[in-house]
Amino acid sequence: MASASQGNNATAAQIARQLTVSEKTSAASEKEASVRFEISDLNFYYGTKQAVFGLNLKIPRNKVTALIGPSGCGKSTFLRTLNRMNETIRNTRVEGQVLLDGQHILRMDVVKLRRRVGMVFQRPNPFPKSIYDNVAYGLRINGYQGRLADLVEHSLKRAALWDEVKDSLHKSAFALSGGQQQRLCIARALAVDPEVLLLDEPCSALDPVTTAKIEELMFHLKDSCTMVIVTHNMQQAARASDFTAFMLDGKLIEHNETSKLFTTPQDPRTEAYITGRFG
Amino acid sequence: MNRGRLLWRKSLNVVMLTLTGLSAFGVVSILFLILGYLIWNGGRSLNLDFFTQLPKPVGETGGGMANAIVGSLKLLLLAALMGLPVGLLAGIYLAEFGGKFFSFVIRYTTDLLNGVPSIVIGIFAYSLVVLPVKHFSTLAGGVALGIMVIPITVRASEEFLRSIPGSLREGAMALGASKWRTIATVILPAASGGIITGMLLALARVAGETAPLLFTAFSNRFWSPGWSQPIASLPVMIYTYAIAPYDDWHRQAWAAGLILLGLVLLANVGCRLVLNRGGVSRSI
Repeated sequence: MASASQGNNATAAQIARQLTVSEKTSAASEKEASVRFEISDLNFYYGTKQAVFGLNLKIPRNKVTALIGPSGCGKSTFLRTLNRMNETIRNTRVEGQVLLDGQHILRMDVVKLRRRVGMVFQRPNPFPKSIYDNVAYGLRINGYQGRLADLVEHSLKRAALWDEVKDSLHKSAFALSGGQQQRLCIARALAVDPEVLLLDEPCSALDPVTTAKIEELMFHLKDSCTMVIVTHNMQQAARASDFTAFMLDGKLIEHNETSKLFTTPQDPRTEAYITGRFG
Repeated sequence: MNRGRLLWRKSLNVVMLTLTGLSAFGVVSILFLILGYLIWNGGRSLNLDFFTQLPKPVGETGGGMANAIVGSLKLLLLAALMGLPVGLLAGIYLAEFGGKFFSFVIRYTTDLLNGVPSIVIGIFAYSLVVLPVKHFSTLAGGVALGIMVIPITVRASEEFLRSIPGSLREGAMALGASKWRTIATVILPAASGGIITGMLLALARVAGETAPLLFTAFSNRFWSPGWSQPIASLPVMIYTYAIAPYDDWHRQAWAAGLILLGLVLLANVGCRLVLNRGGVSRSI
């Protein structure tokens, strides 16, 4: 016990030194200048149970940020505070500040916020409507004035689904395979042209081939969209993200460029997790 | 010894299998007995006149129950207009909005309302609608049946709305839809097959009610124009004709029973078919 804490102290000094170094390097780069989300001192409670503890994080624009950590560490909860989806659950409370392009999201109109911050869920959840109506849904409820068909086509192309469904746009979305359904859900989210896309374990119900398709799609979307992805799959985080944040027990343990976090983790807990010693 | 126990176990098995099997067979055969009896007795009196003619005066044979068929439909239309919207909206409240305690109270009350004997609901409609205007009316019968439709519709709507996965609600809300918008554009369409089925079953159930109509809609041997006159209905006609001392009336009562049962069965079977077809797309 005593030796363990000594070990921690020893590494803590190292971490502090290395952190200042990495802060300097990242501050020097232009990435810091363009921050999409700035989260400070975020606490989140389910009733009396606290799920997120004093979280500080900057999410850079037009990059993929991966959230990793063991089950129940609060990564999905944190993700869902970014578009205020947690408000649909009773008895929840959020403290702290989340800025989207400098605007306090808790003071924004929630409909406008969710139009700017789209979300894709763990399991594909197409509506029981046609493929076309699924993609057009967000446009319709936002009162889009213009040619729906063009935007539906554009969104399906962005989601790399157009070629597979262009002849069956008016068939039920349920006729699609799981991977196609998930890309349809991405197209549906992209239709309203969000600045941010939140992905909550989008590939956990999909096979490796389909997963690869979605990762490739994320790579192409980076030009126009900031993405935050929750994943249990460490390889996926390493492959598909630019930045990775490691969470444990509701706290942010470490946040760094993905290549650095996976090769030279600063915190022993991060190292233990990514090398598979727990979680 | 051992052989004896084995024999005992085997024979007990045979006895129990026979008992349960016979009971199950009995359940099925009751319906077919009723149906066969109705067809045997009522089928012979069914003719075009039954659907197109008014009842003949006492003493004359022939005539039909056109007014009672239309009357039943009018009463059901009123019941549907009064009961279904209230039931559906209350079901939506229970499934989508209600808090724990308040929902429990509503659900419990709804179940109690469902258990209120139909004749008591008849008395209620009588004192509410008949007494103030001092005469029986179609409206009063519609009110009585409408009240009976409500609890069944509430529970059916709630159940089918709850069966829609929460992921659909989240999907719509994540696109910026308000709660009501989500319900109206995603949840209700997804549950519509089940809800419509529940509504049809509710109407089919009250279509055969006699007691609450006896002193609200009463009966009528002629056409009942508008909504404020007493009106004939199939169940009340069956009752009246069955206890009358004329053979011709008995035959017509059988025929009316056959029509009523046929309508209810048709609604039931039709609903099952719709539900089964809807169930395939829901389960994916």
